[in-house]
Amino acid sequence: MISGADIMVKCLEAEGVDTVFGYPGATICPFYDSLYDNTNIKHILVRQEQNAAHAASGYARACSRPGVCVATSGPGATNLITGIATAYMDSIPMIAITGQVRSDLLGRDVFQEADITGACEPFTKHSYLVEKTEDLPRIFKEAFHIAKTGRPGPVLIDIPQDLQENEIESFEYPETVEIKGYKPNTNGHLVQIKRAVELIKSSKRPLIVAGGGVLSSGAKLKLQKFAEMTQIPVLSTMMGIGVMPSDHPLYLGMLGTHGRKSANSALHKADLTIVCGARLGDRAIAAPDQMGNKTKVIHIDIDPAEIGKNVKTTVPIVGDMNNVMKRLIENIDGYTIDSQWDEEVKDLKAHYQSKISTFDGYVEPRTLISKLSFMLKSKAILCADVGQNQIWCANNFRIREGRFLTTGGMGTMGYSVPAAIGAKMARKTRDVVVVCGDGSFQMSLNELSTIAQNNLNIKIIVMRNHRLGMVRELQDKCYKGRHSATILNDEPDFVALAKAYGIDSAEVSSNEEAEKFVKNIVESDKPFVLVCNVHPDTPSIL
Amino acid sequence: MKYTLSILVENQAGVLSKISGLFSRRSYNIDSLAVGVTTDPTVSRITVVANGDEYVVEQLEKQLNKLIPVIKVKRLIEGEFISRELSLIKVHSSSTKRFELLKIAELMNAKIVDVAASTVTFEYCETAEKTQILIDLLKPYGIREIVRTGTVAIDKGKAEVTA
Repeated sequence: MISGADIMVKCLEAEGVDTVFGYPGATICPFYDSLYDNTNIKHILVRQEQNAAHAASGYARACSRPGVCVATSGPGATNLITGIATAYMDSIPMIAITGQVRSDLLGRDVFQEADITGACEPFTKHSYLVEKTEDLPRIFKEAFHIAKTGRPGPVLIDIPQDLQENEIESFEYPETVEIKGYKPNTNGHLVQIKRAVELIKSSKRPLIVAGGGVLSSGAKLKLQKFAEMTQIPVLSTMMGIGVMPSDHPLYLGMLGTHGRKSANSALHKADLTIVCGARLGDRAIAAPDQMGNKTKVIHIDIDPAEIGKNVKTTVPIVGDMNNVMKRLIENIDGYTIDSQWDEEVKDLKAHYQSKISTFDGYVEPRTLISKLSFMLKSKAILCADVGQNQIWCANNFRIREGRFLTTGGMGTMGYSVPAAIGAKMARKTRDVVVVCGDGSFQMSLNELSTIAQNNLNIKIIVMRNHRLGMVRELQDKCYKGRHSATILNDEPDFVALAKAYGIDSAEVSSNEEAEKFVKNIVESDKPFVLVCNVHPDTPSIL
Repeated sequence: MKYTLSILVENQAGVLSKISGLFSRRSYNIDSLAVGVTTDPTVSRITVVANGDEYVVEQLEKQLNKLIPVIKVKRLIEGEFISRELSLIKVHSSSTKRFELLKIAELMNAKIVDVAASTVTFEYCETAEKTQILIDLLKPYGIREIVRTGTVAIDKGKAEVTA
């Protein structure tokens, strides 16, 4: 005989899960009891459930396997929601496991009962409220399949406590999945690919806009190859940062309201935009409905619902970026880019070289982030939070072979520290660095405790300007400078705070000092919190 | 623009809420929605009549297709399908008006299924448009209550929606 809880552990093992992030409670106790001594799965105890979901997201993005987070029923489950919603908007494969009250008590509003599958309906790719212990293997198999195939996303499995305790005859993990209504189209329609090739060949000023889909499908190198073969310049969305090394001659940077002028300007001048794995939300293209009027659009995405949603499309291609890129590469022979366009793009890049003004007695964050890029190993993972720090990182981190993890879709403050915990668990030998603001840091600084408990080598750089800088900028621009609720005065001493958690820390007020510290701390195998004083008037973009 | 979608779904708990939730979340308006099991007991069919422009319908079809328990979505083509809706309409009727109401029933091919001292109840199985005509005819007499099933629809001829 085998219990539901033991089956849950065996299912995770069968899926190759080595780490889960979670927080226990009464209704998930049977599962935690099974985790206690009969598995090699490592459990990372976070300090609030939301961070378990963010950590699972960081883990998934760093190693391209679904991340797993676990919480109890009621408040544990509802705390997960923001993390699940973040993974949904960012298209991150994730399995969220929640305990639920006993099945005979369901619907009676008993202690710590919440309709979590109902509450998560808009934020999950799919969800299960388990009805029988016997269903667990099939449900886990399906959940992992759904989370990682097609457009990745979070899947929730809600399991009543008694079904975790019930015992059944035997455990067998299914080998195949059969879901009638779920068969993602990955190949890309050949006729459409031919049309796309013809369109590219007849275009004079083509441009590639690469999004997170290129990274999640693992098609980064193919996209680079395609760009290099054709010499078509590449922009990326926030989620697409890392599709090309930042210093690649064909890469123009991030587009959008907070992107590079050279990138936006090139987009404006293009006669063909090849959109790869991007949904082009309002922050990427402020008026996406107008884009198709000026330029032709080839839109490649695994999710048919993204095509034609925000941008008018000339040639739609539904498929996995790997397959589509492979076919494009095979068929694009003999294409050479118009030399005039090539020149123009190079001019744009040179014309908009950034001039950064500095404030004496403060750290200039953009220069520091740019320098930091080369002090880290080339495969470093940078986790940026949300706010000005995110824009500083997006535009100035010189990525090479590493990853840039931020929540470009949902924009959830407090993401960076827990995401870094997940990334570090997935990639122990890589440099993992957090850049956050003093606002976002305080949304998840309880996780310093998790970092200390597990001695995770994560360096945290807090850009402190005593402001909620991004909102403050908005208030300057749109609300006549009325700084309503964006001043963070009387903050705690972050250095003392980090030390109270047992993590070494220092405060700096110039780039020279900051760089000196960075040079030292990247050599150490211990976590560190570097607090950088930043002038409140340092803008997000130039 | 009015359109009719025929949706095949897995017959499991929560599917209806997923579908109706999708409509409300993306602020698409539903005129009617009807559910019933198909020849395969594991599969249900949902017929939705909704309003919206071409962009909305296309998005709706795609978003419905993204739901895991949705097996197939088909937009039925105007003029190429049969649609019916069952309505029960209770009308106020004094003895002097009863004869007129019987005449209306005869004219519209509706059935009278209940007669009481002060009411007459009509049963009507027709398209939503014809049902509206009957309702308009009955309004002056004082409609007490209407119960409608929502439209169900099926392709004409050989065409079909199958899993």
